[in-house]
Amino acid sequence: MAQAVAANEEQMDRWAVIWDWITTSDHKKIGLLYFWTSMAFFFVGGFLALGVRSQLAVPNSTMLSPEVYNQFFTMHALVMIFLALMPMSAAFFNYIIPLQIGARDVAFPRLNSFSYWVYLFGGLLLCSGFLFGAAPDIGWTGYATLSSAQYTPGQSGDFYVMGLQVLGISTLAAGLNFFVTILNMRAPGMSLMRMPMFVWMSLITFVLIMLAFPSLTIALFALMMDRNFDTVFFSPTDGSVVMWQHLFWIFGHPEVYILILPSFGIISEVLPTFSRKPLFGYSFVVFSGIAIGFLGFGVWVHHMFTVGLGPIPNMVFSSVTMLIAIPTGVKILNWLATLWGGSIRLTTAMLFAVAFVGMFTIGGISGVMHAAVPIDYWQHDTYFVVAHLHYVLFGGTMFGLIAGIYYWFPKMYGRYMSEGLGRIHFWLTLIGFNLTFFPMHFLGVDGMPRRIYTYPSDYGYELWNMVATIGAYVLGLGMALMVFNLIKSIRSGAPAPADAWDGRTIEWTTTSPPAKHNFDHIPQIRARDDFWDEKYNRKEEKDKPADEHIHLPPGSYIPLLLSFGLLLMGAGVIFTLWLSLIGGIVTTVALFAWAFEPND
Amino acid sequence: MAADHHAGHDEHATTTGTSHNKLMMWAFLASDCMFFGTLVMMYMVYRPDMAELGGLGPNDLLDIPFSSLMTFVLLMSSLAFVLGLSALQRGNHKGMRIWLSTTAFMGLLFLGGEFFEYMKFWDEGLKLGTNIFGTAYFVTTGFHKIHVAIGVIWLIGLVAMSYRGQLGTHQSEKVEIAGLYWHFVDIVWIVIFTFVFLVPYR
Repeated sequence: MAQAVAANEEQMDRWAVIWDWITTSDHKKIGLLYFWTSMAFFFVGGFLALGVRSQLAVPNSTMLSPEVYNQFFTMHALVMIFLALMPMSAAFFNYIIPLQIGARDVAFPRLNSFSYWVYLFGGLLLCSGFLFGAAPDIGWTGYATLSSAQYTPGQSGDFYVMGLQVLGISTLAAGLNFFVTILNMRAPGMSLMRMPMFVWMSLITFVLIMLAFPSLTIALFALMMDRNFDTVFFSPTDGSVVMWQHLFWIFGHPEVYILILPSFGIISEVLPTFSRKPLFGYSFVVFSGIAIGFLGFGVWVHHMFTVGLGPIPNMVFSSVTMLIAIPTGVKILNWLATLWGGSIRLTTAMLFAVAFVGMFTIGGISGVMHAAVPIDYWQHDTYFVVAHLHYVLFGGTMFGLIAGIYYWFPKMYGRYMSEGLGRIHFWLTLIGFNLTFFPMHFLGVDGMPRRIYTYPSDYGYELWNMVATIGAYVLGLGMALMVFNLIKSIRSGAPAPADAWDGRTIEWTTTSPPAKHNFDHIPQIRARDDFWDEKYNRKEEKDKPADEHIHLPPGSYIPLLLSFGLLLMGAGVIFTLWLSLIGGIVTTVALFAWAFEPND
Repeated sequence: MAADHHAGHDEHATTTGTSHNKLMMWAFLASDCMFFGTLVMMYMVYRPDMAELGGLGPNDLLDIPFSSLMTFVLLMSSLAFVLGLSALQRGNHKGMRIWLSTTAFMGLLFLGGEFFEYMKFWDEGLKLGTNIFGTAYFVTTGFHKIHVAIGVIWLIGLVAMSYRGQLGTHQSEKVEIAGLYWHFVDIVWIVIFTFVFLVPYR
């Protein structure tokens, strides 16, 4: 069956292949589209970061003008968070979740394709600000009133509002889709407490997406109304200047858990596999994940301690923030206990997963430091915060995602990535990362504010800034090496068998790469870590006949059309409302076409 | 356990026993709760500033008897919907069309009444940017109106499908899912009506 599909694909001419990718509803292809698109945006964000670091390498630098610098650091954050890290998690959601729960696709395949195209168009819309010299330059938090029409006239604020709004639609659609997929499409016997940990952490992520993104959507909508239709939500005289901060951080804090939880899940797969031990304290990891997700909604004011809300709110939110360190600490101890006494194989994936634990712990501890209000008064808006968030988002999220890349690449492409190159990549990344971000702790404590385009020469900031810049280039080299490794391994990596790592979960039972229908027969799950159990405990014959009627959803071009309509609507608010009208018509037509397209 | 027995035989068996579409609607409504929750929360924060707004505040403009009538119409539409669903489940297609059309009509009546109120406010000088009441009132209720309008279009679509013979008795879940949405939009209106209209502005 797999060979037949492959042969069939070879016969198609180039346009047919492109059309197939455009209209695909296969979760694996959409996963790869997500993966490579997010990788491309990751390098856009990386390029912007190098711009920022080059500017800050020496005092009184004039390489970038203040205006361009503002665009660079703002877009670096937006691109990395919304266009690189979240979609790279989405690549794994798409590719791995159906395989891990024993499904043949997601619950709503066309919606899945729609999510991808909206993500791509939203990303292009956001980045196209550079083409008009008006990329967002108001920080990724886009604080109103700074982002109001009065203080950010011109289009840069509109690119921020509409770009994020369109991306939010993509995220919400994907979150809802995968929430239903995980709850409803598990293989028989896979109870919730038998689900692989990556699926569990993803499920919590989707609940966070469903409940946190509406706040951002409303905030952006209100800002759009303020900027374009004269409302006074954030006006200093009629409205409220603090409202935006509340709305943004009610979204923004769960968002950091949306970013980190998938990586928690990934390393909870990688560590047990390469320790040849089950995850220590499975239910503790599950429930601490749920606790983190729940508490994540009650801590947003810790981003606003210096606003002046008064001692009572600050104290309450400070306490809840410290509380959240408990479930997080539980997880870290669980991972360490998983390693304890295991027969450890230090593959590249394992190296990144272990480094994740260390780096994330540093980021977590500096986070607890901010949670104390008096210390936060000192550290607020300094480079200490920049150091903290990069230890969490790079040393945490990105290290976890890279571990995932090395771990699941054999499943995706049927070949191993080069371990030799992988090791060099790992050490370059680890050293470059710490060189870049550890000195920022010192800079922050010395009082260097974030978001400034340069600094004078007699403040003692020179040394650590130079070190950080050198580190950034080392880091960039490491990342370039990863892409080289990816491309080289796709072409000539060592062939990987179905069970590439002596894995534990059922995605390793199917071929590498999996056939279009994933499984010849839907597996019957009898244990947590079912595949491991089958290999080493049950030792029973499991060769069932393949299912006879395998139903796969057909492809469709309508998701693309619908997302294009949304793009036009968003772009219309930035340029001319006529474009929104056309977009509205396209969207409406596409919605009706969607509803009436035969799809069963 | 039902899912275990049917796996491989029934393509549409789901783990929870609830169909994908219905679970999706529940999940969407959870998310939508947060949309309206955010809007109502914003309104509540702005509310104390609204008592004195120089002749264009809620105390001067809001017409509670009229809005109560509109609220009554919208709430009764939920009753009509339930009767329509029940008719379909009993195989009474004609009854279903009548009741769902009634629901859609009552939804339109509500929209018309609210639009009339918008026009009245507008004529008296309350625009989007006049003051915080104009901003918060038009945006919060407008967001709800968009939801009602989508619901009306959905209902008309269901009636049209029924006339074309595409909505059999065994497909009553399609109507049920639309009902989840419609009832939710009604419930949200109760919250908005309470906090925007009923609670006194002081």
